[in-house]
Amino acid sequence: MAAAMEEHRAELTQLDSAIGDGDHGTNMHRGFQAALERLETSEPSTPADVLKVVSMALVSKVGGAAGPLYGTAFLRASSALPGEGKPSAADVAAALEAALQGIKQRGRAEPGDKTMVDALEPAVRAARESGGEGVAAMLRAAASAAAEGAEATIPLTARKGRASYLGARSAGHKDPGAASTAYLLAAAARALEAS
Amino acid sequence: MVGLVLVSHSPEVARGTAHMVAQMVGEVEVIPVGGDPEGGLGTNPDGIRAALQSARSEELLVFMDIGSAILAVESVVEGLPESLRSRVRLVDAPFVEGAFAAGVLASTGAGAEECVAAAVEARTEPKLHDA
Repeated sequence: MAAAMEEHRAELTQLDSAIGDGDHGTNMHRGFQAALERLETSEPSTPADVLKVVSMALVSKVGGAAGPLYGTAFLRASSALPGEGKPSAADVAAALEAALQGIKQRGRAEPGDKTMVDALEPAVRAARESGGEGVAAMLRAAASAAAEGAEATIPLTARKGRASYLGARSAGHKDPGAASTAYLLAAAARALEAS
Repeated sequence: MVGLVLVSHSPEVARGTAHMVAQMVGEVEVIPVGGDPEGGLGTNPDGIRAALQSARSEELLVFMDIGSAILAVESVVEGLPESLRSRVRLVDAPFVEGAFAAGVLASTGAGAEECVAAAVEARTEPKLHDA
């Protein structure tokens, strides 16, 4: 995920320059670099602990709305995973669902608001429907649905955040938060396929 | 006693507002938390947590400017121990005018409820009377 944020840093910042304050790429990159460093020093023993460490790093280091939102998402996902043992596909689906509910609650956003919810909600649906093919395939399906969801934010008018002040002028641009959500899920899927 | 924590994207806005409130109301604890951890524009959840933990006032009213300042404060408060969380209230009011109104009430020894009401009223108080 840190590598994905590094790779897409310029693009996310460019998307954010169009309708936001132009720092989403830089912020996400900084947050995930901090998460990497903290993972190296704290050596968490379970996937749930890994997500928790990442959550704390993101809350502290990602300035802007993405910090609390992704921080909440990773924390809720962490709480949904079992305390020990390898998470099952059902556990991972539950974690994604918990992340979505956390983001919706924290950001008070609904589908169609032109936010990360528009990527994560279809991802959760795809994860639930992928069934029986293992965690990597599930995350692949989720990532692909998230990418489609992010593309689908282009014509929408923003109803949250700085972009909402632009009204109709926010249409025609992909939402940077939805874009980063899709990249994070794609990175998670790639990591599992490689392991 | 009621104290104020002022969370803005801008270090200058947070400090400036705190300075103005302190000058005009006197003996009220006012803690500014502005900008990101590097002192640039943004929010600083660790700084917000530290401010709430270090505050001496029994009750704390938190004023936020926009967007991520609100999200950051909410995230931080959610993670506080109950003993501290029960002393903290987020105020849905204009940043400068609300903090000022709450500060004036706080300086008279009013409780959190009254201070919040004054701050919220600042939203509807007209500035021009000839419209």
